[in-house]
Amino acid sequence: MLAERPITPATLSRKDLPWQIKWDINTCTKCGRCTSVCPVNAIELGVFRKRDVKPPMGLSAKPTTEFSTFYGIRQRTDPAYACIGCAMCNMVCPNNAIEPSRQYDSTTLQFQNNRGGQPRTRGGRRNNSESLLDQIKFIRISMLTDPALDAGRHEFDVRTLLGRVLSPEAEIKCFRENGWKPPVREIYPLVIGGMSFGALSPNMWEGLQMGVAYLNEEMNMPVRICTGEGGCPPRLLRSRFLKYVILQIASGYFGWDEIIHAIPEMKEDPCAIEIKYGQGAKPGDGGLLMWYKVNKLIAAIRGVPSGVSLPSPPTHQTKYSIEEAVAKMIQSMSMAWGFRVPVYPKISASSTSLAVLNNLVRNPYAAGLAIDGEDGGTGAAYNVSMNHMGHPIASNLRDCYKALCVAGAQNEIPLIAGGGIGKHGNLAANAAALIMLGASMVQIGKYVMQAGAGCLGSEKDRCNVCNIGVCPKGITSQDPRVYRRLDPEKVAERVVDFYLSFDTELRKVIAPLGRSTSLPVGMSDALGISDKDAADRLDIKYVI
Amino acid sequence: MCRLFALTSRDPVSPMRAIDALNVMKEGHDGSGVGLFLSGLGGPWEELKEYPILSGIFTDAGLARMSEYMTKNGFQSKYSATFKPDVEPPVGTPKRGTYASIAFRIPDEWKGMTREQADRNLVQMRLDLRAMGEAEGDIMVFSFWPDTIMIKEVGDPLAIAGYLKLDREELYARHILAQGRQNTNYAINLYACHPFFIEGISTMTNGENTAFVPIREYLMSRGVTGYQGYQSDSEVFTHIAHYATKRLGLDISSYKHVITPMNDDEMRDHPDREFLSDLKRACRKLIIDGPNCIIGCLPDGSMFMAQDRKKLRPGVVGGNPELGIYGFSSEICGLNAAIPERDRTKDFQPMHLDTAIVGPDCREVLQCSQKDPLRQQL
Ligand code: SF4
Ligand code: SF4
Repeated sequence: MLAERPITPATLSRKDLPWQIKWDINTCTKCGRCTSVCPVNAIELGVFRKRDVKPPMGLSAKPTTEFSTFYGIRQRTDPAYACIGCAMCNMVCPNNAIEPSRQYDSTTLQFQNNRGGQPRTRGGRRNNSESLLDQIKFIRISMLTDPALDAGRHEFDVRTLLGRVLSPEAEIKCFRENGWKPPVREIYPLVIGGMSFGALSPNMWEGLQMGVAYLNEEMNMPVRICTGEGGCPPRLLRSRFLKYVILQIASGYFGWDEIIHAIPEMKEDPCAIEIKYGQGAKPGDGGLLMWYKVNKLIAAIRGVPSGVSLPSPPTHQTKYSIEEAVAKMIQSMSMAWGFRVPVYPKISASSTSLAVLNNLVRNPYAAGLAIDGEDGGTGAAYNVSMNHMGHPIASNLRDCYKALCVAGAQNEIPLIAGGGIGKHGNLAANAAALIMLGASMVQIGKYVMQAGAGCLGSEKDRCNVCNIGVCPKGITSQDPRVYRRLDPEKVAERVVDFYLSFDTELRKVIAPLGRSTSLPVGMSDALGISDKDAADRLDIKYVI
Repeated sequence: MCRLFALTSRDPVSPMRAIDALNVMKEGHDGSGVGLFLSGLGGPWEELKEYPILSGIFTDAGLARMSEYMTKNGFQSKYSATFKPDVEPPVGTPKRGTYASIAFRIPDEWKGMTREQADRNLVQMRLDLRAMGEAEGDIMVFSFWPDTIMIKEVGDPLAIAGYLKLDREELYARHILAQGRQNTNYAINLYACHPFFIEGISTMTNGENTAFVPIREYLMSRGVTGYQGYQSDSEVFTHIAHYATKRLGLDISSYKHVITPMNDDEMRDHPDREFLSDLKRACRKLIIDGPNCIIGCLPDGSMFMAQDRKKLRPGVVGGNPELGIYGFSSEICGLNAAIPERDRTKDFQPMHLDTAIVGPDCREVLQCSQKDPLRQQL
């Protein structure tokens, strides 16, 4: 540091940074790879000057001072360039000479994160490592009267329904009278949730689509992927793979022109239409695609100028009331595809979820309800939204399921739960717990990025720069220099891998419960938790 | 594990024949209870086919409260077969009071009612009485329906049979369901003892129903009077049979399409595929996962047996068309004991797609496979 460096209120020392760079002078070959790969320019090549005082032998000779210079890596302390702990530097270093390490006692950067009066926005997860879903145990394990099944060899039917299912009475009446039946899709209960083409890099998106197509066509698993807002590449819209895709529309209507124009040329109907009213990471906000990521391609697909930020308006900007909005949107979307495609809304879990649900119960065209809990989200959102807003998914889902039970509609409107599933890697256990709490299917986003493409983000505020287009892995960047790091084929392979292992684990959970011919939706007697309040709230067993 | 035995016969027979069969199968159960369903009653009841019969157990106070309730609702007792044991009960059986089956005359105001309304009212009265009894502990009712008697008690079936003198002529019946053993998955409770009954339909089950909680929630939300109780995970089978036949108007051979629908491959070239796949979706919440063997009796006196898909519980049907008697048993030894004079090569053990049905004429075992075209066209 220069002697005359000014010390201002925002000046930080290295000690103040949560992520510290450990650099080893002895093994560093000074190749410069780490500095060139660092997504936030947290490190730079530095020239260091060193003064050595050499005291000679004897009493008469005076000590001499020697100066030397050496080259090395310097960590910047400007809060705008603080290290995010992504460890890309370590990944590219040939000698492991550099690595970030977390320093838990430094909180100072938090106070400097909001620069120029702008609060911090980021991508990534909620910075909270608790997980209620991980605490839930499956306690109903059949031992005597009901022999457990062999998870590896028994025949299992792991399928769920997406779409408005008629009640048995209505179904029989409809059959007799040859009436209109709402479209229903039989799909795999783990859905890849909405991550838009603008948010993800083309390579990531292509990899996901390839993985999903492979699972459907080669592995006989009807996996579905949601596009997120922002439209869909025109070639996909006109391909036979569209049937594996759930198209999302949100309040910004980005990309919908393209979709509507493609309808006459569609060879297949999409699996479903998801109308996004909210998502877990930024409840109440619209989507936010920051200008860094709006390149020419994204701009063309979305039908907007390039290089501008694209915030979707908050939920009901174009609408008069939620009842009207939901009903109208569902109806017009259904109509666009001749009532052959299920249409359902997605909301962020909140204390008003029940009101939305009550609304849907009476709407014959509503095909389901997706609820996204507070833990969700990868896209750009304000720090405060991501960390402090929203409702946990488990109790919200449970309330909705119980409301459906009271209305007698629990087979009729499928609930899709999302938010925090597999956040510690326990994907199958978390998904099974939500299914037993009443979800017909679950959706995941971040997990796909972590398992499918090696996203570095964690619950400890690691990485989380998805929003500014510098994703070091090339997952959420629209800059070809960065996203060419990601091989779509490899992403597809990983997606297939983790789906297959999820499938095995899910069977391992439901086989000992004696379930094989139908998904154990609402089988809450199988669940227990060691937290009395949580047990009461979720109406499951309290076990310690 | 429960042992089940059912008899259907052209002429009334003693329930002891079924109890003896249970006793032969005793190695497989702990003799902790017995439940009996009797319909197609013989003896004095032949003349009283139209009169609903209230069966249950009452203390003296309970009897008084019950008759007060019945009178208040305009019902007059017409005939009763009551039994108050005067000896000490067998080990493990509590002393309860009077075991009664009382036929009532329906009040004149009911004449104008539709059949459904009257049926629903009968169910409601049974539920009212049950609730009254649960409050005071003096009344227990198992059925209130024409031509139906139900008896349930805790204890060894044979000992109970002796204690309650079940070989009385007034208990002779054409259709008998008998089950040995009390509820073991949940608390001991007479209401948890099979068979279960609603509006002329009775079933009993072996095994454990792992889909119990979601099915219970679903049934309770259907808004049907009588879908409640559920002290046992098997009660839902009775209500699904009721729901499928009475509410949905399906034939009993379709019951299996509701509880254990075929998978896509099996359904692929079924002539009724379209309807069956719709039915599978709509009734998805009613799918059972077993392992169960279900034996039941319908209002017209037909009896049936069906299995879960895994078929981890045995069951056999056999009998003699000349004598007009058929047995449904969870073990072959039970059937051998009850109907030795039959052609054993004709015994039928339903597999995972089959339903075995014996009509009220007791002439043959009708074997329905889910792969067959539906018997009833919608
Ligand atoms: S850990 Fe990441 S952000 Fe930090 S210095 Fe290394 S590359 Fe840069
Ligand atoms: S690796 Fe990419 S996607 Fe993952 S947190 Fe970092 S920037 Fe976001």
